[in-house]
Amino acid sequence: MSFHPNDMRRRGIAANVIVTGVLVFLGAGFFRTQVLQHDKYTLQSETNRLRELPLPAPRGIIYDRNGKVIADNVIGYTVSVLAQREDTLRAVLQRLSGTINISPTQIEQAVRRYRRAPTRPAVILPDASFDVVSVLEEHRSQFPQLNIQSSPRRFYPDGPIVAPFVGYTGEISENELAQPSFADYKAGQQVGKQGLEKAYESVLRGKEGSQFAEVDARGRIVRGQGGARPDLLPVPAPPLYTNIDLDLQRYVAGIFGDSLIGGAVAIEPKTGAVLALYSAPSPDFNRFIGGVPIAYYDSLRTDPRKPLYNKALQGQYPPGSTWKLATTVVGLETGAVTMNDHMPITCTGGMQYGNRYFRCWDKRGHGSLSLQGAIAKSCDVYFYQLGLKLGLARLIAGGVGLGMDAKAGIDLPEEKRPRFPESLDYFNRKYGRNWSQSIVLSMAIGQGDNSQTILNMARFYSALATDGSAAKPEIVRGKPERTPMVKLTADQMAQVRAALVGVVEGGTASRSAIKGVQLAGKTGTAQSGTLDAFGKELNHAWFVGFAPADDPKIVVAVMIEFGGHGTRAAAIASAIIANYLKVTPVVDLTTDG
Amino acid sequence: MATKRLPVDWPLVIIALLLSMYGISIVYSAGQTDIPTAVGRLWKTQLVWFCLAVAACYAVTRCTVRLLDWLTWPAYWVSIAMLILLIFIGKGAGTAASTKSWLAIGGFRIGQPSELAKITVVLALAKVLSTFKEPPKSLLELWKPGLVVGVPWVLIMLQPDLGTGIVFVGFAFAMLFWSGVSWPLLVLVASPVVSLILAFNVQVWGAWFLLLIALVLWYKPYLYEGIFLACTNVLFGVLAPIIWDKLAPYQQKRLLVFLNPDIDRRAAGYHVLQSQIAIGSGGLFGKGYTQGPQKRLAFLPAQHTDFIFAVVGEELGFIGVLLAFTLFLLLFLRVTKIAERANDSYSSLVAFGLLASWFVHVLVNVGMTLNLMPITGIPLPFFSYGGSFMLASWLAVGILIRIAAEGRGGRTGPFAI
Repeated sequence: MSFHPNDMRRRGIAANVIVTGVLVFLGAGFFRTQVLQHDKYTLQSETNRLRELPLPAPRGIIYDRNGKVIADNVIGYTVSVLAQREDTLRAVLQRLSGTINISPTQIEQAVRRYRRAPTRPAVILPDASFDVVSVLEEHRSQFPQLNIQSSPRRFYPDGPIVAPFVGYTGEISENELAQPSFADYKAGQQVGKQGLEKAYESVLRGKEGSQFAEVDARGRIVRGQGGARPDLLPVPAPPLYTNIDLDLQRYVAGIFGDSLIGGAVAIEPKTGAVLALYSAPSPDFNRFIGGVPIAYYDSLRTDPRKPLYNKALQGQYPPGSTWKLATTVVGLETGAVTMNDHMPITCTGGMQYGNRYFRCWDKRGHGSLSLQGAIAKSCDVYFYQLGLKLGLARLIAGGVGLGMDAKAGIDLPEEKRPRFPESLDYFNRKYGRNWSQSIVLSMAIGQGDNSQTILNMARFYSALATDGSAAKPEIVRGKPERTPMVKLTADQMAQVRAALVGVVEGGTASRSAIKGVQLAGKTGTAQSGTLDAFGKELNHAWFVGFAPADDPKIVVAVMIEFGGHGTRAAAIASAIIANYLKVTPVVDLTTDG
Repeated sequence: MATKRLPVDWPLVIIALLLSMYGISIVYSAGQTDIPTAVGRLWKTQLVWFCLAVAACYAVTRCTVRLLDWLTWPAYWVSIAMLILLIFIGKGAGTAASTKSWLAIGGFRIGQPSELAKITVVLALAKVLSTFKEPPKSLLELWKPGLVVGVPWVLIMLQPDLGTGIVFVGFAFAMLFWSGVSWPLLVLVASPVVSLILAFNVQVWGAWFLLLIALVLWYKPYLYEGIFLACTNVLFGVLAPIIWDKLAPYQQKRLLVFLNPDIDRRAAGYHVLQSQIAIGSGGLFGKGYTQGPQKRLAFLPAQHTDFIFAVVGEELGFIGVLLAFTLFLLLFLRVTKIAERANDSYSSLVAFGLLASWFVHVLVNVGMTLNLMPITGIPLPFFSYGGSFMLASWLAVGILIRIAAEGRGGRTGPFAI
């Protein structure tokens, strides 16, 4: 080879140029990556190692009208696993089941939660007890993927007492997630399932925060909460103020106790404020929080008293004689009758119409009564004739005008529409063309094709208690919305109220008078169509009334399923009203009816 | 040569020491992970190897270049023998678990003979090339150097160890260049490989082929050489992609895995991506020594061996990268100077071959961390954890010290600092 120093120098320079050039090129590559693209790679590094742990926001506290707590938040524990793959999750759960009690169902549930939101920690125990948490904390080092978080847990201090209107919360379901209204929800989040929790979900929800845990390449949590990046604190929801009077609600629940089945609604007639709303028996929704226990749910589902069925909102019962006031109003509105009019047929315990004998509830008969007297005595014969005088078409149209076929419009999602014919077409559809006019007799006394909710009857009576317009029943404090309903003159309204006072003072509910306060109302004993063990038809006991009669502050509707005579409901309603008005009933409440 | 006191090339020694210190401190940092692994203890092992390596280096400086020259062929044949032995009893380890790079006795891994071969083949090639009176002018004349590099190269590709194979090709070209082989001939020699690389794009390959024809016409090699070159280029550039496409995916994969066993280890690209993220997130000043989250959280693969430079990038930032580059550049410039001033063509070629070997390692390894080079599992000199390589690097330093000392102006010249 040529080994002259000049050649060597020449090649040396060439080599130096190449070596320097290559290193400068590499250096430029590093400059590009480390300085120019620094932000991009920093972000990638963080998405690599930071896992977002959701921090659930405390739901809004629900207060009653006096600032007493209806729904609260307490500290609960959520146990979840951060997994990168499903098989990792399964493996961790399998190992975990050796330490704490996890059923295969819970494992499958956790896997399903993971599939729906793989980037979020898969919740295993949505509501772990402190005992379980302390066991897990002891074994923490064995389960680096485990994330134990204290999170707000919904708690209803009064449990079953408030359940009928407050509802409960639960993990968002797959069906809900598929709906556009839940577009900004993520799997595993809590959502209102019933009652106020559902109706005011958007208000009560709050804004979820985030913590960032640092994980290593195998998904093990290396630095837990608040390690790498400051937390984004959740924004708690504002409190929700309701019209409920918790003391009254407790009192109502106490009256129903364990033995009575039925519902009660108490409304402030002028504003529509719902003071109490109860359905008996009532489930304890505290047990639903963090997942409904199957055994408890089954016991509720198979209970013949149907605790999961809200009798005040969903129960559709024939209104019986409480509906006679609707017939009265329609009669007065149309001018078919006045308060003092007597009917041609005197009540002798029943009347013949066509080839059928229609009985009055009182076999002894009421004699000849004015409309006022007929209301007080709840005389069926009078109302049969009033119905016939009005005709079915006017009676149905009048009922529709009184909102008997519409929801009361309470701010609870469970309310059901009453069943009431929208027009005569209903009967054409149901019976064909050749139905008998005798239907009007049943309809006039609140039987037949008419099923009302307790709430709707309370709304109707709140119209009677005021100037004839009904306020929309509202659990949550809002601006009262009144819609004209009963189109009577002030004189006629006063006469109707006087008739309702007559019910309590010498009428069917005379045992339920309240000392010092004039109570007005109407009893109802509705045929249920269900027979008892001896083949005798069982009746629902109704009472809808208000007090004080001259300036009503409260309207109460009470219905006792298979409760017998309406006087029994009247006694309960009377007690509720007395409790609210802080006065004593004349007769002490007894449950013998 | 019986020198009592050897004039030591201190700049070379100091640079190599600085690089080793830098490297071991990074090996230490590489072990500092949030969930401790065995890597956490390896810096101590590396330190022991470093001490052994410096001792070996000192021993080598006591051997004259003449002794080295005399030992060249025996060392070469021992290397070849060991490489053949590996085909039968080689063991895998670490990031190259599926290859047969390790020589082991009774389950105890002694070392990687290919690291030793990197030096002995440089010595042998230097010996062959130094016998040329004139630099080779035709392809035919290159048969002997080709054979000297080709035999161990084939043995290494059988392990398979693509990384070391690339190093062999790299230093062989560099030494041909250093021996005075003209640029055109080097291009012609390299042309089939270039064709293979450019084969993915017909236009680019076409342009390359025209350039090659022009070069052949201008350089005027023997006719059959020209035809041979044209044929090999056509074969590599045109037929290879066609044949490749005809292969079933599993066959393609098998070939790729043969070339690089690490390809199939996990989802392709994961390693490089994590390395790039680590380097990129390091920024200008880095996350701080031992503090790199990518490394700490084990996102960075092979952080103490193949991807150790990503730790430098993440923890010490661009500044740390520049420092390493500066040290490597100083090392290369110094060794070029040693090669220029070597006393004879053999030692000059040895010096330049060792330089080229290091250079290819740095280029491929560092380029790999940024995805500028394919992943070949090639270590970074003085940095990557590994006993054999540390030993080999310092043996090279020792040889270079000796060559520098015997070189022109050795005792009185600029080297006698």
